[in-house]
Amino acid sequence: MDELLKILQANATESRENIAKMLNLPLAEVNQRIADYEKRGVIRGYQAVLNEDQLDLDRVTAVIEVKVTPQREGGFNTIAERISRFPEVRSAYLMSGSYDLLLFVEGRNLREVAAFVSERLSPLEGVLSTSTHFMLKTYKRFGVLMHQDTPDERLSIAP
Amino acid sequence: MNGSRSLRDRINLTVRDIPRSGIRDFFDIVSTMKDVISLGIGEPDFDTPWHVRESTVFALERGVTHYTSNYGYLELRRALARYVARQFGGEYNPDDEILVTVGVSEALDLALRALLNPGDAVLYHEPCYVSYRATILFAHGMPLAAETKAENGFRLTRAMLEAKATPKTKVLMLNFPNNPTGAIMSRQDLEDIAAFARERDLIVITDEIYGELTYDTPHTSIVSLPGMRDRTIFLHGFSKAWAMTGFRLGYACGPADLIEAMMKIHQYTMLCASSMGQKAAIEALARPEVDVGEMVDEYRRRRNFIASAFTEMGLACHRPLGAFYAFPSVARFGCTAKEFALQLLQEEKVAVVPGTAFGACGEGFVRCAYATSMENLKEAMVRMRRFVGRLQAG
Ligand SMILES: Cc1ncc(COP(=O)(O)O)c(C=O)c1O
Repeated sequence: MDELLKILQANATESRENIAKMLNLPLAEVNQRIADYEKRGVIRGYQAVLNEDQLDLDRVTAVIEVKVTPQREGGFNTIAERISRFPEVRSAYLMSGSYDLLLFVEGRNLREVAAFVSERLSPLEGVLSTSTHFMLKTYKRFGVLMHQDTPDERLSIAP
Repeated sequence: MNGSRSLRDRINLTVRDIPRSGIRDFFDIVSTMKDVISLGIGEPDFDTPWHVRESTVFALERGVTHYTSNYGYLELRRALARYVARQFGGEYNPDDEILVTVGVSEALDLALRALLNPGDAVLYHEPCYVSYRATILFAHGMPLAAETKAENGFRLTRAMLEAKATPKTKVLMLNFPNNPTGAIMSRQDLEDIAAFARERDLIVITDEIYGELTYDTPHTSIVSLPGMRDRTIFLHGFSKAWAMTGFRLGYACGPADLIEAMMKIHQYTMLCASSMGQKAAIEALARPEVDVGEMVDEYRRRRNFIASAFTEMGLACHRPLGAFYAFPSVARFGCTAKEFALQLLQEEKVAVVPGTAFGACGEGFVRCAYATSMENLKEAMVRMRRFVGRLQAG
């Protein structure tokens, strides 16, 4: 992967000036390349990684395994894209193995998610079955550990 | 003590007369202060790769808590032989040409003690790692320091060695990539040095602890040059490239006669390196490209960042090519390296190490380690720029 993308993926708020220094590139080239990535849709957005467990939100997340029948035209894509459009669905992946789609669905509470599954998801044509698991606690998200960072144990000066 | 001589007087003269490390003095000052950003730490900020730590825990659970062979686990020596051959181009027999030690520190001490008779001279180059001179003296050797210069990127030349060599010179000690300068040697540079060693029939001790950490060109080891393997002791360890300083694990590779002599001292003074550390090292060698590769990429970004920040603020700095140190010149501010470092610490709470800690010829330079997070580096550069701006204005 382009090192520029690695830097942004690790810290999207990194200033363009600093990125230019790290990569030993002119600032204009960094700006240009980021603009290109945005235009081509490689970079699709910039978000903060939150530790939501600390926020006491009225929110639950369910991980839902879905079995579907692929459509005659469009295969899995048609049904997967249709499901993805629901705002409740935060992430959606096509999987290998014993089910087809893996969804991360958010709702204010258990009942709301249950309603989404029974009233919106299951009735869709092509959805064969669902299996819903509720998330209890987040330890790591997007490569970021959620517990407090361990302090630097190193001596302040070392040879 | 009732009328007897003071305890100080009884201390071995060599030990008594060696000053404490300059690093230590500076540490005492820094450790009394709060909120200091330290660019003075000569060890990686990265955590040891998790699979290595996890397998160490597993080793403890299985009861790997006993003495090992004096040489170290054979399984580890075999893995080291493969790694050193692939990475550095040195072929060693795991049975009797590799010794696992308590860090490169112990290996260095063993090598010098195994080779030197009192008064034998050891050529090395300064600025260098703080322990070299002391370790030579502890082994009753005579230290002869050649001085590398900023003008040629702190590389060592044959002329520098010739200027210092004496008829009693027996050993040549090398450290590239270099602590504290970040200098590396090209193959051509090393060929000149190797020719010198062969002509003078010197034993070479090469400390390549930063061998994986080069950023523009791959590292060349002197053991890979013709005729050098059989007169060289190659030292390496896990402290830097794998961020395993606290495991205290290093090793020496060399011709069997020399390794056997080192093993003899090791056997009587150390017995063996820690068993769980050795298990950790076996695991560390399982996928070095991944573990070390990721850290090298990050160091390179930091190196680029710090080098261009120095240029922007007007600090002259030869391009650091290896290890994780930059060694900018502060000579033009009309103060000593120590004064610069102290004032920077007091006014901006950034710790750097005065170059003089690494030999007298380090005067006029400070060592800035970029083994710290990008966040810290960014803040440190803002503060240094402010400081340098004031020095320039004043
Ligand atoms: C050049 C050099 N050699 C050896 C060492 C010590 O390494 P170890 O932790 O393997 O004893 C260091 C540590 O800073 C070093 O910079």
